[in-house]
Amino acid sequence: MTTDNLAPVSGSLMVVGGGISGLTTALEAAEMGYEVFLVEKEASLGGRVSQLKHYFPKLCPPTCGLEINYRRIKDNKNIKVFTMSEVQNVDGSAGDYTVTVKTAPRYVNENCTACGECAKVCDTEISNEFNFGMDRRKAAYLPHNMAFPMRYIMDPAMSTDDRDKIKDVCKYEAIDFDMEEKTLDLKVGAIVWNTGWTPYDATKIDNLGFGRYQNVVTNMMLERMASSNGPTAGKILRPSDDKEPETIAFAQCAGSRDENHLHYCSYICCMASLKHATYLRAQYPDAKIYIYYIDLRTPGLKYENFYAKLKEDENIFFVKGKVAEVSEEEGSGNLNLVAEDTISGEKIRQTVDMLILATGMQPNTAIDKPNVELNYNEDGFIINDFSKGGMFAAGCANKPADVVTSNQNATGMALKAIHTLVRRG
Amino acid sequence: MDKKYGVYICTGCGIGDTLDMEDLVYVPDEEGINCTTHPFLCSKEGVALIQKDVDDEKVNAMVIGACSRRVNFDVFNFEGCIVERANLREGVVWPHSREKYPKLEKDQKDDEEHFDPIQMKAEDYIKMGMIRVEKVKLPEPYKTESFSRKILVLGGGVTGMSSALDAAKAGYDVTIVEKTDKLGGYAANMRSQMPVCEPFETLRPSIADDLIAEVESFSNIDIKTTTEVARIAGQPGEFLVTLKTPGEKIAFDVPFPLPEEMLVDENGKDLTAEDAHAKFLEYNEGREDILKRDPDGELYGAVILAAGWRPDVLEGEKYEHLGIDLDDVVTNDEFEKIAAKGKIVRPSDGKEAKNVVFIQSPGKDEDDADFEYTGSVTSQVALKQAKYVRDDYQDGKAYIIYQHMRTPGLQEYFYKSMQQEDGIFMTKGAVTEVAPQGNGLSVTATNTLLGENLAIKADMVVVAGGMVPVTKDDPVINLAYRQGPGFRDNDIFGQYADSNYICFPYETQRTGIYAAGAVRRAMTIEESMEDATGAALKAIQCIESSNKGISVHPRSGDMTFPDFFFQRCTQCKRCTVECPFGALDDDEKGTPMANPTRCRRCGTCMGACPERIISFADYTIDSIGSQVKAIGVPSEDDYDEPPFRFLALICENDAFPALDMVGMNRMDYSPNVRFIPIRCLGSFNVIWVKDALAQGMDGVILIGCKHGDDYQCHFIKGSELAETRIKKIGDALSSLALEKERVAFTEIAIDEYDKLPEIVNAFADEVEALGPNPFKGF
Repeated sequence: MTTDNLAPVSGSLMVVGGGISGLTTALEAAEMGYEVFLVEKEASLGGRVSQLKHYFPKLCPPTCGLEINYRRIKDNKNIKVFTMSEVQNVDGSAGDYTVTVKTAPRYVNENCTACGECAKVCDTEISNEFNFGMDRRKAAYLPHNMAFPMRYIMDPAMSTDDRDKIKDVCKYEAIDFDMEEKTLDLKVGAIVWNTGWTPYDATKIDNLGFGRYQNVVTNMMLERMASSNGPTAGKILRPSDDKEPETIAFAQCAGSRDENHLHYCSYICCMASLKHATYLRAQYPDAKIYIYYIDLRTPGLKYENFYAKLKEDENIFFVKGKVAEVSEEEGSGNLNLVAEDTISGEKIRQTVDMLILATGMQPNTAIDKPNVELNYNEDGFIINDFSKGGMFAAGCANKPADVVTSNQNATGMALKAIHTLVRRG
Repeated sequence: MDKKYGVYICTGCGIGDTLDMEDLVYVPDEEGINCTTHPFLCSKEGVALIQKDVDDEKVNAMVIGACSRRVNFDVFNFEGCIVERANLREGVVWPHSREKYPKLEKDQKDDEEHFDPIQMKAEDYIKMGMIRVEKVKLPEPYKTESFSRKILVLGGGVTGMSSALDAAKAGYDVTIVEKTDKLGGYAANMRSQMPVCEPFETLRPSIADDLIAEVESFSNIDIKTTTEVARIAGQPGEFLVTLKTPGEKIAFDVPFPLPEEMLVDENGKDLTAEDAHAKFLEYNEGREDILKRDPDGELYGAVILAAGWRPDVLEGEKYEHLGIDLDDVVTNDEFEKIAAKGKIVRPSDGKEAKNVVFIQSPGKDEDDADFEYTGSVTSQVALKQAKYVRDDYQDGKAYIIYQHMRTPGLQEYFYKSMQQEDGIFMTKGAVTEVAPQGNGLSVTATNTLLGENLAIKADMVVVAGGMVPVTKDDPVINLAYRQGPGFRDNDIFGQYADSNYICFPYETQRTGIYAAGAVRRAMTIEESMEDATGAALKAIQCIESSNKGISVHPRSGDMTFPDFFFQRCTQCKRCTVECPFGALDDDEKGTPMANPTRCRRCGTCMGACPERIISFADYTIDSIGSQVKAIGVPSEDDYDEPPFRFLALICENDAFPALDMVGMNRMDYSPNVRFIPIRCLGSFNVIWVKDALAQGMDGVILIGCKHGDDYQCHFIKGSELAETRIKKIGDALSSLALEKERVAFTEIAIDEYDKLPEIVNAFADEVEALGPNPFKGF
């Protein structure tokens, strides 16, 4: 088998999902000279990692890498970004697809300068889903202060009165409430699905009390609380009474490695909880932190070192066992946990101020499958078929992974997609 | 180019409401430069207005006084023009409001009592923009003299073969260099391997044979077995590679730096530079200098380092309790070799080994860490090898004693499937002793799931040794670089050739050389193959970028490169030493030789150079220095109590976006600070501090990324180097009777924007307490 001399760089590919892995696939391909259409369903790129305060184990902010990636997009004319957009349909075959992309109305056009005057006059408030509904935001909003593109969005829930006020106040004719959903057909040779993940719905984990007790929160909610652009401006407080927590428990594998929920290991939750312990420690030097686990999956030098450092903390307790029951103490909002120590076999009863559920990751394709012929495993992850070519999954659409692994995978998948183009070039 | 200047100022987004536009326009007017204002400059009409001037050849070097350069980048982009953005929005009118700094009344404008700090800042930013467009040039790409698109893959194992195939399928010629006499690497010698794809449940035959067959079918893959690299000289796009037979000594073996113990004399004193050099030559006798080109060398465009791993050697007191010296206690590697030969038998007497204990963690009850260099691979290998025991013997029993079973992600299914296997027993536990007992071994463990104390009789014990990256023993890539033959700073990664960056896993300190597979982390075959594809992409990308004369990540697309004014070079070697990417090789005199395609355009060399002879087309000592000098410094001649003036040089990658966010959040800070974003703090040259203080500015602060082992600097050590440089200058200031507190350094992460006003104000307060710069007004 041979491939003739270098085919000239030509052809287009589509990347679906503008989170860290989608950005990676898109940029790596674009920086090889290919035209890339990057399709993101939210109003801003950045995806799941834009909600994180820090990455483990370096404890560095994801916005640092996102900023570099946004700059790479700015400097590269090969990438065309479509936000608020989803793939509606794919026709054709590997090397020659026609993709129908549907774009929801933003009600704000390119004139927007992000001056913020609209938000000032807007009275309608909506739940802030970027912060998992822990606070409210104006119905005229920027997704967050590192949003890319830096442009406001008008939520359809906005009152007529607000709409009128906003139209008046905007000096740049950027507001257009008549905007409608648009569809567009794009020709591409290959498609990479970087559709990412959603935190497992914690209300499904009946015994852990999420949704019933205010002080049971998920790991992703804690991430928002700890972030300076989060609902509490970075201060971790217990939701029921804004008290500074003194005892905090983590329930690992909340919904993962569980026959009733996700069967697989979600890869990141052990390291995430250890990282969360560092957030808590930075704010509360004396807080007691209990981590209930089955196995601590902190493999490799970097992760083992991180875990080893936390083990030196006398007020962090690692308990091999699963939290079985949670109930709320009347009046105080404190939580009574029942867990089993699997080593001693003893039942542990413990009262804590807050319980963090280390909920795992579910591929978005498990919840909402695109209207495309793709192979899935029983969990909804997309299975890659390299011999077939044309369409590939990368990052957490393909398997549970941390950011490093996702990005390795996402980089490689750009080349696999390019193979499809070269073959037909 | 014959520059035609123009200034365009947007009055939208509060700029016109806050600032006195007449006064602002006067700044360029006074210089005879045409200035146009527009209420909505980023609109179609606004941009068309500028484009018309460009088309009419009225302007090709312009200052746009509007929003931050981080926004509307694509809007204010005019082909063939130099564009500078003066940040009037996020930098001036958003953080500083008229409520706090009221507009001056007419009669206050010319008195010596009142001044308008916001207007002053805006006018300075316009002036600073104007001087910059005057000082910089449009970049032209660098072209290498020779050029190759071939890719060199070091290592013929699963990773190397996968990389080679992925590059070949994209149309590139590849050479695989393998040290041993055949392809396949470790995987070729295994009995079976863990699953690499759905359903992740059963063992499969090693994938190595399939890969070998596929590699051999590609005419654009050249396979060189029993070969290794003597040296790699040159730069991406034109690496000049000398290959040799392993063990052979040749003239083009790369010279190695002296080991540390040889850098001191018998009394422990550091050798002088001359003595050290003499010793270096002696140490490398028979080896050509790095600058000597091998006439028979072969050109390659980029290199993939897939040299893999070797089994860890477990010895010493640490493992004594595991009976490591006993014949029937073997490592997982030794066990694999036994299994590959046939049925599992004991090394001591060749008898069938039906009861096998697998130990995952050596720390007794004191430490639950796995063996070193294991990652999650050894947990999975233990599951695989336990299955061998079951496959070989119907009554076989395998016991896995682990502290943490590590089967992350979908590999959990492999674990589950092995849990279903009768005769495989698994428990958490701490192994306290392995000892001979009768004709076999006894294994004692505590704190297990099966009870406090567990004793198992075993025929054989397998300990889960790790995968040591070969870069621990040997640089492998043997770069003919002045900074040495290997990757730099591998010590912070335990000698893995890994990246420091979570977002950018292929980032290395040696441009054009990409590591993949177990050489950078303990990886399974599945992970290694994925990693291999990514590395192949990066290699191709680097080749194509080098060919276009543009930089690779993180300044991808940057066409500038360092230019040296050699007549003034004093051969101090600082640039060669400090370059984070080893881009410079100096000759025997110490004159640097640039390798522009190795360069990542951070400007660290420009910051290091005491003679200031290094510059980039659009970024020079003079361009920044002139901006500093353009800042207005009011003195007592102007006002009764003139405002202080501070200079902040800030990293454009992290601190500058954070500053933008300060503006977006309308957070106020001292309006007396003038910010100049620089490529990296590594490019900070101390002359800029002298420029600032000499013209009467009161203090200088550098704001950059966090450094240390978990550095966030995109160019490795930029902020660290800047801190060192500014500390030195602080000491020098004392000799001029200036307080060293007038210069400061601070680290900030991009998300810590909320702390930035506080940091800036604290610095301003501290300097104000010292009083004005005594040189002010001279």
